[in-house]
Amino acid sequence: MTPLSIGCAAGFSGDRVDAAGPVVNTLAKREGARVLMFEVLAERTLALAQLARRSHPDAGYEPQLDSIVSPILAKCLEHRIAIVSNFGAANPRGAARRVAAIARSQGLRAPRIAIVTGDDLSAPAYRNLLARELGSALDGIELVSANAYLGAEPIAKAIAAGAQVVVAGRVADPSLAVGPAMAHYGIAPDDWDRLGRATMAGHLLECGAQVTGGYFADPGMKDVPGLHDVGFPIAEIAEDGSCVIGKADDTGGLVTEQTVKEQLLYEVHDPAAYLTPDVTADIGGAEVRALGRDRVALTGVRGHARPGRLKVTVCHEGGWIGEGEISYAGPGAEARARLAAEVVRRRLEGLPLRIDLIGVLSDVRLRVSMSHAVKEQAERVGREVLALYTCGPAGGGGVRTSVRARLETLSCFVPREAVHAGFEWLDAR
Amino acid sequence: MKTAARSVPLREIAHGRTGDKGDRSNISVIAYDADHYRILVAQVTEERVAQLFAYRRPTAVKRYLLPKLAAMNFVIDGVLDGGVNGSLNLDAHGKSLAFLLLGLEITMDVPEEKK
Repeated sequence: MTPLSIGCAAGFSGDRVDAAGPVVNTLAKREGARVLMFEVLAERTLALAQLARRSHPDAGYEPQLDSIVSPILAKCLEHRIAIVSNFGAANPRGAARRVAAIARSQGLRAPRIAIVTGDDLSAPAYRNLLARELGSALDGIELVSANAYLGAEPIAKAIAAGAQVVVAGRVADPSLAVGPAMAHYGIAPDDWDRLGRATMAGHLLECGAQVTGGYFADPGMKDVPGLHDVGFPIAEIAEDGSCVIGKADDTGGLVTEQTVKEQLLYEVHDPAAYLTPDVTADIGGAEVRALGRDRVALTGVRGHARPGRLKVTVCHEGGWIGEGEISYAGPGAEARARLAAEVVRRRLEGLPLRIDLIGVLSDVRLRVSMSHAVKEQAERVGREVLALYTCGPAGGGGVRTSVRARLETLSCFVPREAVHAGFEWLDAR
Repeated sequence: MKTAARSVPLREIAHGRTGDKGDRSNISVIAYDADHYRILVAQVTEERVAQLFAYRRPTAVKRYLLPKLAAMNFVIDGVLDGGVNGSLNLDAHGKSLAFLLLGLEITMDVPEEKK
């Protein structure tokens, strides 16, 4: 069996857009099947994407899509490196069309682009299903988005059918790696141990540089070379699903037992039951072992039957957050900041303010914030902090204020059968 | 070799990272040296962690042990002000919490000459 290498070049929306180049250069030199993955959806990212799509029907996919894909698309297609991502967000078809347009504009032959479907449950037809699970929590709320976390199967089927690019919306992050592993090794959807192992490989990859020295450095205790140029990870996944984590050639960062352990436990609750749509992964007996420089093996992962229900994240509007900040320096800075806080508190009597004093050893910055259902009320926080320029204590400077819409999330679990996961080709209509 | 008990910050023998899901935080505590794992187990308890984060009013603290990784995983409920979307905390994810935990003082035997 030829090996499978999966590189990950984004761990969230907002990650470095130049991360993919070295990953693709490294993958291009490898034997076997190769996949480039981008993970760009956090809990609220999809709700923001839905809001974008409402104001413009062609929008709603990852805003940085062009910057992410343009530099590496030609090389991926040339070297048969499949691209798998959830950068479709609230509009996977829109993202797929955009990738096709980028290929055209670069004079490339049209790639086979698959679109993963079925995650979006925001249509009225699903309201009853959600109401059954969420009960009164759903009453009277303005729903922004509702998405089920899909698993790896649609991705696996798309790749097995010859997809060069797979565009998804909400899928469980590790499934972006599990799908290619299922397709390459023919892993059955109930082969729990192998799925569990591939899932933890995906889990190590899904946050990008967090396994290769990013989010790790602590000077004097945990030093990381070349953090400004940290390389993104590449996992070699074996036929049994176990993996070796490495990183892109000629980059900074490092892969050690320590970086891998920190990421292995990241966002894990019960280590014996890491739940995804694909499997219940069990790292209770997992072992991590350095094989050489920047090469660390993960073994001992088990898998158990997958959960019967799929997680759904529902986003709804939750009022507004108003904020204001101002600085004080020199002798008496803290006392003046406290007096300023008192002034704002008295001016906004009865409103649920949160007051922070930041940096009490140097300059003191007063921050006042409040969450409120009514935008005009939230705006009052910034206005009162602004007025401290002339009406507050002496020597206040550098006021910044903001008001932003707040999104709340709810979660529930729905029966698998209620969700119709699948894939279709971009040119299917 | 003669040794003496000394109080040191947890950061000297362990590292860790915070993750978040909704209003739940998880913090890993990983021994640099597997020989120090038993010190972590004995001294970095659910009770001490609950006490450390008492100002954030956790509703539950649960510790999971991973001896093969010389690591522990703390799952702390209700400390994220409702979760990242609505929180008024500056660090809405609570990502900095791991380093508060690594500031915990622990007692360990160290060689006399290093005292």
